[in-house]
Amino acid sequence: MSEFQSTLSPIVFIDLSLLTMLLLVAVAMLRSRHLFAVVMLSGIYSLLSAAFFVSLDAVDVAFTEAAVGAGFSTVLMLAGMLLTARREKPKTPGRAPVALAVVIAAGAAMVYATIDMPAFGDPNAPANSSIGQAYVDRTASEIPMPNIVTAVLASYRGYDTMGETMVIFTAGVAVMLLLGIGSARGGREVCDKDSEGDE
Amino acid sequence: MDHLILKVTTKLLFAPIILFAFYVQFHGDYGPGGGFQAGVIFAVAFILHAFCYGLEETKKVLPQRVLVIVMVIGFLFYAGTGFVTMLLGANFLGYDAIAPNSTHHAGQHYGILLVEWGVGTAVASTLLSIFYQFTGREPDIDQEDW
Repeated sequence: MSEFQSTLSPIVFIDLSLLTMLLLVAVAMLRSRHLFAVVMLSGIYSLLSAAFFVSLDAVDVAFTEAAVGAGFSTVLMLAGMLLTARREKPKTPGRAPVALAVVIAAGAAMVYATIDMPAFGDPNAPANSSIGQAYVDRTASEIPMPNIVTAVLASYRGYDTMGETMVIFTAGVAVMLLLGIGSARGGREVCDKDSEGDE
Repeated sequence: MDHLILKVTTKLLFAPIILFAFYVQFHGDYGPGGGFQAGVIFAVAFILHAFCYGLEETKKVLPQRVLVIVMVIGFLFYAGTGFVTMLLGANFLGYDAIAPNSTHHAGQHYGILLVEWGVGTAVASTLLSIFYQFTGREPDIDQEDW
């Protein structure tokens, strides 16, 4: 196999501009103390990530990111914000040298790790050569559907997807237990007002 | 809160959003999409309704107790497909057993449609009931509070 040479295509500039915007939005989120603005920026962050995933040809992931990250999470964050506070508490000024050292060390380790990574789009990369290639080769003859992602998700890894559905179900049950649903048959309503009055 | 434009827009958008959810649900085999995304879109239609008409109005259309039942049915639909294939003599979630005489693995197609339907209903009802729990705890907020 010949050595893979990644070429500089115009797509790279789209990727770079999207990543730059992601970075800017992240910095803006860090600097803002107004939580409503932070929630809106996190929605923008998800939408930019979705655009980036489209540019990487991962449309299924982009779809999920746009629907869940930009749509539903933003709504939930707004709802959570309404239940708590609208503004972040002003943080006490001070320096944390240990935290700074840990962050710098972890960042340097990540940059060091990227040196060993295969080039983007390398067909000989482990992710593309072994199991991924096997799915691409086998889906056409084993599962009669054009979208390989769905075939992998629901058939080859159907057991995983069942676990994921179970996770979502469990999350729903946990939220109901924590925030109070009352009885499923329409029993006593759980109300905060009374408990606040008792204090 | 009484915003005529928002209410009319929501009325116009509600049905197309539901239709798009079903398109994503059943078209997941051919293009991007699938049960998870369809469930989120379906839930978002009702969240939009709750935003414009108030949570109590939405709860009249889709009460919490219905959502709980649909959540359970959705997951059992998925697991049940697995058990049905076991009863038909294949492995758990071995969809080929659904149409054993098919020459082009039609059973896989049926099986994936069934489990995706389970995922879609479970995700839609779970997300919607999480939304109900979060927003149902606060009385209506004033415009100035934002």
